[in-house]
Amino acid sequence: MTARKSERLLNLLITLLVSRTYVSKARIREVIEAYQDAGDEAFEKMFERDKEELRSLGIPIEVGYVDRAFEDEPGYRIERSAFELPDIDLEPEEAAVIGLAARVWQHAGLAAATSDALVKLKAAGISVDRAALDVVQPQIAAEEPAFEPFWDATRTRTAVTFDYRTSDAATATTRHLQPWGVVSYRGRWYVAGHDTDRDATRMFRLSRVQGAVRLDRTPGSYEVPPDTDLRALTSMLAPAPADRTATVLVRQGAGHGLRRHSEPAAGEAPPGWDRLRVRYAGSRGLADEVLGYGADVVVVEPDEVRDEVVGRLRSLAGSAR
Amino acid sequence: MSGAREQVGRLLALVPYIQARQEVSVDEAAAAFGVRPAQIVKDLNVLWFCGLPGLGMGDLIDVDMDAVEGEGVIRVSNADYLRRPLRLDSSEASALIVALRALRDGSSPEVRPIVDRTLGKLEAAAGDGAAVAAQVDLHLPGQDAATAALRERLATAVAERRQVRIDYYVPARDESTARVVDPLRLVTAEGNDYLDAWCHLAEDQRLFRVDRISSAEVLETPVDDHTDVRPRDLADGIFQPSEDDAQVTLLLEPQARWVAEYYPTDSTEETDGGRLRVRLRAGDPAWLVRLLLRLGDDATVEEPSEIAHAVHRSAADALANYEGGVRTMGTDPDDVKRT
Repeated sequence: MTARKSERLLNLLITLLVSRTYVSKARIREVIEAYQDAGDEAFEKMFERDKEELRSLGIPIEVGYVDRAFEDEPGYRIERSAFELPDIDLEPEEAAVIGLAARVWQHAGLAAATSDALVKLKAAGISVDRAALDVVQPQIAAEEPAFEPFWDATRTRTAVTFDYRTSDAATATTRHLQPWGVVSYRGRWYVAGHDTDRDATRMFRLSRVQGAVRLDRTPGSYEVPPDTDLRALTSMLAPAPADRTATVLVRQGAGHGLRRHSEPAAGEAPPGWDRLRVRYAGSRGLADEVLGYGADVVVVEPDEVRDEVVGRLRSLAGSAR
Repeated sequence: MSGAREQVGRLLALVPYIQARQEVSVDEAAAAFGVRPAQIVKDLNVLWFCGLPGLGMGDLIDVDMDAVEGEGVIRVSNADYLRRPLRLDSSEASALIVALRALRDGSSPEVRPIVDRTLGKLEAAAGDGAAVAAQVDLHLPGQDAATAALRERLATAVAERRQVRIDYYVPARDESTARVVDPLRLVTAEGNDYLDAWCHLAEDQRLFRVDRISSAEVLETPVDDHTDVRPRDLADGIFQPSEDDAQVTLLLEPQARWVAEYYPTDSTEETDGGRLRVRLRAGDPAWLVRLLLRLGDDATVEEPSEIAHAVHRSAADALANYEGGVRTMGTDPDDVKRT
């Protein structure tokens, strides 16, 4: 069955590809055996389905009039320039780069898309050898189940509806978004776009999307604003600048993580301890970090950090657990 | 996806693939297309019945089936109209372009121009399909000069199969250890660069985050033979808890729910007030105590009780630094303000 259908699809494709003019449906039926053998209704159904299958492979089937003067009889053709991969001439090193790129995606769907692209390039006569190049092999993973629907929605400019739970909420709310782009930041995926409920630009973390993502029926229903700068939007995700300094005591041989963003501070330290100046962005964040070191780090000043740490320690030490 | 659609898609690449190379063995074609050789033969049997409209004498695509059956070699003629593959669709073009950009970010100054040229050529060939790639932005690990130089050294060691002595910081235990490793490869995953290596200290395969390696010295000693060590499968994430690790149950307040997003959990369970009960495995209790000290009242250890006691004890020790002054070896200058 598969073989017969493949034959039919390929012969239809060739018929439309080699013709210089639009080919009428009657002519198509005349030259393709399987269509001749079918009844009128069955032929119509089969032909519609076949066209859709070819289109889903990315084959551009155009519809026009067989005789432009009369505009009565519709016809079909495949424009060669829209069908064929244009000439692409890669040096061996460049082909090797393509070979490495094909191994970057760790996501099944995207990995398949890259290997399909690779097959087409090989078919264009390119030999992809994996020569040794001085490159760290990057890997892009996308474990979030919502990644693929958002990727597709972004690609096809399709509005989406989904349930979203912010990090500190137990229940999800339903959101509507026109996705502009997807962003990977610190190993996590986000989608940026126009939130139609709030009439504002918003970013959503894909791991917090709950359940299925519903895509609108009509792709291409909105335009991405031409001045959209994903990189600038992503700066919303970046941590605040560390422009404050605190003084801490760090036990010698401990606090290695903290030492990486600090420098020696003036003043005496007790024996066995180092006195350091630490840059930080917010007192809560620094308190989090200091608390993680337990009795190995002590905040000297400022009071806002010191008080935060002491308050939280009291609460921990006082509570019977 | 219907089998026919898939088959037609493959044939549209297979026909130009063979024509570009005059003749190709069945096995080579199967390898290039990632299918079994028998599938290629099936595909060719379909092709045999295809050709110009009407399929009269001389219209059919000529496939030398004798050569296929006999020598296992494919030759195709009379198919001039299928000399080029189909265009890249937007999904293929954007996936490949984004991958190339990731590669570009991690490449050395010598390789970067090659990646740029490749990107340019590919974008030109993909046309509209390439436009979508602008809607994807990747932030890969920052590359300061020191990290780049370190990575360069590690890459050399991997290529030359030489041992490296590294100083490595382990945040879970807050310690820096010197160890000799046999580097296997450099990988990027979850936004960080890692050195996959055989560690002689741990006598096991380990992943080392490059930004936590404070120094690396490439030694003259060649690496041991590790042909039996398989590259680590990163599909399940970098942090892979083991079945042997102790299980803990935590009750997280809403503001600590992020813990369940950050670390792999065995199970999660919603409770009242937006709180979340999670079960997770901690390979190193010290790591868990540090996490719990940070979380404070936002997390409650339900079990085991030893962990809850350990957190309590650590907090009391730390508090003593503030209330009684820091404990030192010998004298006590009491630098810290008393509260």
